[in-house]
Amino acid sequence: MKLIDQHTKKIMEGCKERAAQAGLKFDKETLEYMVTNSDLVELSPKNMIPTLYDYWVQDIQVLRGKGEYEYYPNNPYETVINTRPVISFYNNNNPDWLNVMIFYHVIAHIDFFQNNKFFTQTWNYDFKEKALADKRLVARLRSTKRRQVDYIIEFAKGIDNLVGYFDTINGHEESKDFKFSERVEYYFDTFLQKIEKVGMNEFLEEVERFNADSDLTDPVREESFLARIRSRYPEFDNLYEKELKERHSASRHDIMQFILEESRFLNQEENKWMKSVVEVIRDTSLYFSPMIRTKTMNEGWASYWHEKLFVNDERIKGHEVAFAKINAGVTALSKVGLNPYAIGWRLFMFIEEMANKGKLSYDFQRIANIEQRKSFDRKTDLGRDFIFHIRENYCDFTFFNRFVDQDFVDKHKLMVVGQRINQQKGVREYYVKSRKAKDFKQMLFDSLYHPPFLVFKKTDDGTLYLNHHFEGQELYREYIPNTLLGIEYLWGNSVKLETTELDYDAMKRKASGSRDNKQVEPIFQRVIYTMKDRKLLKEKVHESEANYAI
Amino acid sequence: MEKKNYEKRGFDKDKREEISKESSAHDILPQNEPAKLKLSPSLYDFNDDVYILKLDGNFHQMSRLYALDKLLERDKLREKDGFPRKIKLGKLVKPIKGGGDRTIIIPSIAEEKLYHWKGDYSGGEGSSTGGTGDGQEGDVIGEEPLRPEEGDGQGAGQGKGGQHGLGADAYDIGKILTEQFELPNIKDKGKRTSLTRYTYDLTDKNRGQGQLLDKKATLKRVVKTNLALGNIKINETVDPSTILISPKDRVYRIFSKERDYESKAMVFFVRDYSGSMQGKPTEVVCTQHIYINSWLVYQYKKQVENRFIVHDTEAEEVPDFYTYYNKQVAGGTDVASAYTLVNKIVEDENLARDYNIYIFHGTDGDDWDSRGDKVLPELEKMLSYSNRIGITIAGSGSDYNNTSVEQYIRESKLLEKYPDKLRLDSMRASDADEERIINSIKLLIK
Repeated sequence: MKLIDQHTKKIMEGCKERAAQAGLKFDKETLEYMVTNSDLVELSPKNMIPTLYDYWVQDIQVLRGKGEYEYYPNNPYETVINTRPVISFYNNNNPDWLNVMIFYHVIAHIDFFQNNKFFTQTWNYDFKEKALADKRLVARLRSTKRRQVDYIIEFAKGIDNLVGYFDTINGHEESKDFKFSERVEYYFDTFLQKIEKVGMNEFLEEVERFNADSDLTDPVREESFLARIRSRYPEFDNLYEKELKERHSASRHDIMQFILEESRFLNQEENKWMKSVVEVIRDTSLYFSPMIRTKTMNEGWASYWHEKLFVNDERIKGHEVAFAKINAGVTALSKVGLNPYAIGWRLFMFIEEMANKGKLSYDFQRIANIEQRKSFDRKTDLGRDFIFHIRENYCDFTFFNRFVDQDFVDKHKLMVVGQRINQQKGVREYYVKSRKAKDFKQMLFDSLYHPPFLVFKKTDDGTLYLNHHFEGQELYREYIPNTLLGIEYLWGNSVKLETTELDYDAMKRKASGSRDNKQVEPIFQRVIYTMKDRKLLKEKVHESEANYAI
Repeated sequence: MEKKNYEKRGFDKDKREEISKESSAHDILPQNEPAKLKLSPSLYDFNDDVYILKLDGNFHQMSRLYALDKLLERDKLREKDGFPRKIKLGKLVKPIKGGGDRTIIIPSIAEEKLYHWKGDYSGGEGSSTGGTGDGQEGDVIGEEPLRPEEGDGQGAGQGKGGQHGLGADAYDIGKILTEQFELPNIKDKGKRTSLTRYTYDLTDKNRGQGQLLDKKATLKRVVKTNLALGNIKINETVDPSTILISPKDRVYRIFSKERDYESKAMVFFVRDYSGSMQGKPTEVVCTQHIYINSWLVYQYKKQVENRFIVHDTEAEEVPDFYTYYNKQVAGGTDVASAYTLVNKIVEDENLARDYNIYIFHGTDGDDWDSRGDKVLPELEKMLSYSNRIGITIAGSGSDYNNTSVEQYIRESKLLEKYPDKLRLDSMRASDADEERIINSIKLLIK
């Protein structure tokens, strides 16, 4: 791995100048390396971070056959690394003109990393240096703790998709709207209705009484109201405290953090070193989290700029055709499949055009006439500013959710492609399933990275209870035993996982019952896995006992 | 086959229902197993390294094996520490140049986490993806064959990729199986030792004299000689009249003795490919057969030959493992047809004389010949010449260990009569993970 030569670096600097003029904002310091294939073999298991900690599985794992992505998109390593300074890797036999295009693409990525709000957490530190420190920590621990370190890494990696990424960027901003005190809210919303189960009349009377004391924002008067409640229901305060505690744990999404804080095992004096290893894995996962959630936007943004900047660069002279060919190869819409470059790029251009014409407005939304919609143009010329706003504040989900509409789908002849098996012909057919924006959007959502959502709590006997919020897809069963084994190890006590699965037996029974009906509706069943002393037990949950509460 | 035919053949009502169901139905239930390679890429299949930076895109799809032995050793320690082993013999479908793909086995480790299974929940309908182009809703815009091998030119020797997953990798996998999973070594490598045969062929070259003049090689020598002599100059027209030919420039091919090893083992893999086998049972049987073959390849130092036979009510020999693995029909089951074919091949080609013969049969245990009247004589015949017959029953129901095949074999007492030759193992296909499959192999071959 060596730095690019002075000649190529000069090209890069030229690109930076032009990109900055066009409005991209990024650190001027960058490092570019030439890599060989053997470098890449070393780098790819480390997600292209040269300083990432060592782990024996990296030596054998790299089996990332394409098919596997169906289950779990791995951390999408970028060949542009979001550190300070930003590092990027290149093949050393690109012609100069091609490097110009590539550099624009890379610069746009840098701009995205350094301005998109979802990356806020990564702005404050240099990940590759932190990774280096972590790597040394892991190496030092390994010299005394030996392979125990690798078990901790392995088990921590087993839950590193269950980190509370959104909590880290949330900042927990309190709503500025007026709110009643939590205690009063609890009294009306929960206590009266769910615990006392008072009748409608009594409830309304209570509301009357509450309203009669005007200006209840005054804490003194609220106290008097509460005092009356307490005299009537002595248990009120206790119940409220309990509820508060439960609510607190329900609002947490970071299982790794929870285990770090609450695990009996990890918090024993002789095991405290393990926590630092778990933290390394957690930090690494958090570092990659924004990338996987902005993949389409990031690639779309980079494609937008490499095209825009390169076409207006005099260095394209004589290479227009070659560029067109390469650009088309990258940004052509797949006939079947989803290309993030293609979709992201088109969506950015679509948004820019909409904003330029003032179409992102209520006035436009009201128009139903198709001709009027077409000719609508307020000539606001605000498109460029607007897409900068998008790149700052959106992630893939919000990007698709707000801007994919019927006009966009129609414009690019987009569609949802379904598959079905044609037994007669012995083929798998791909067919146009829908051209509705609503369906297309849903299909996009379904293809986005989405780890399972689990709510968790520590039960009275010290068990970690994970409650999977079922969203139509069961968990990949083959991986459940070992994952739970790892969690049990880190937790130091038994672990339960409540989830929903297809009930094959019931489906088979139903199938054999109806002769001609080949298609059987999926039948789901709530189950609980219990991992105790490294033994796994699975049992069905009866409908009435299912703990759906989230 | 019509319903009345069954009646004529004397099947009772239950059996008739079972048969008609098996003949018509494909497994309607979705399977919780990895989907095949997707034709349509998803959002996360695209990366800058390939699409923008033009770095060689293949590196991250390849597996590297750094000091496999060391890693295996490491994996063994896991068991000591009370954790399950991590290295699996993962299967990977790898596209190859010129279309098609091949299944290869790579020692691999999955990163096990809680993931959503994006499988097929509604039977048949695969997951949707995006696309672009013309066409009304409902129009078919493309299709791909379900069984990629059908319609392609078949025949031994011209299959796809040559290896079909049973070649170069097999030796390594066999080694892993033997060492890592402690499959036994073969104690008695058989009464028939390897025959070393010599053939003579015009392969060696000799200068000056010989049987057949190699014109191309001779011409090259001539040019070399004359370059040295200065008769041919680079960038100048050559004057043929100045060229000299030395007697030593003449290159001849001569007869030479070639060692030709004969295989020591001939392995017949027999698989039921009837309708009821679809899905998990097929997966289990094929996986097991890959492993068994690998183990034999290692044991016999690569001198193993394979024959593949699939059967429903009729048996058919297929040219390679790839076809063997992928072929599926929805027919009934007649085990006897396959055994008859094996006997016929062995007899016709006189294989029993020169080879140690192994026969492995995978089925879900259904047989229309439920008393085994036709099967048992054929099986006994097979036992007369083979070193080992291993029958795997990967049943799907709760009565997986009480299937027709198992019943008639147990009743025949052949297992007791030939304890060294005949083995049978039943497992429930849906529970059969790698460990179970390998344990089953131990039982079949020990």
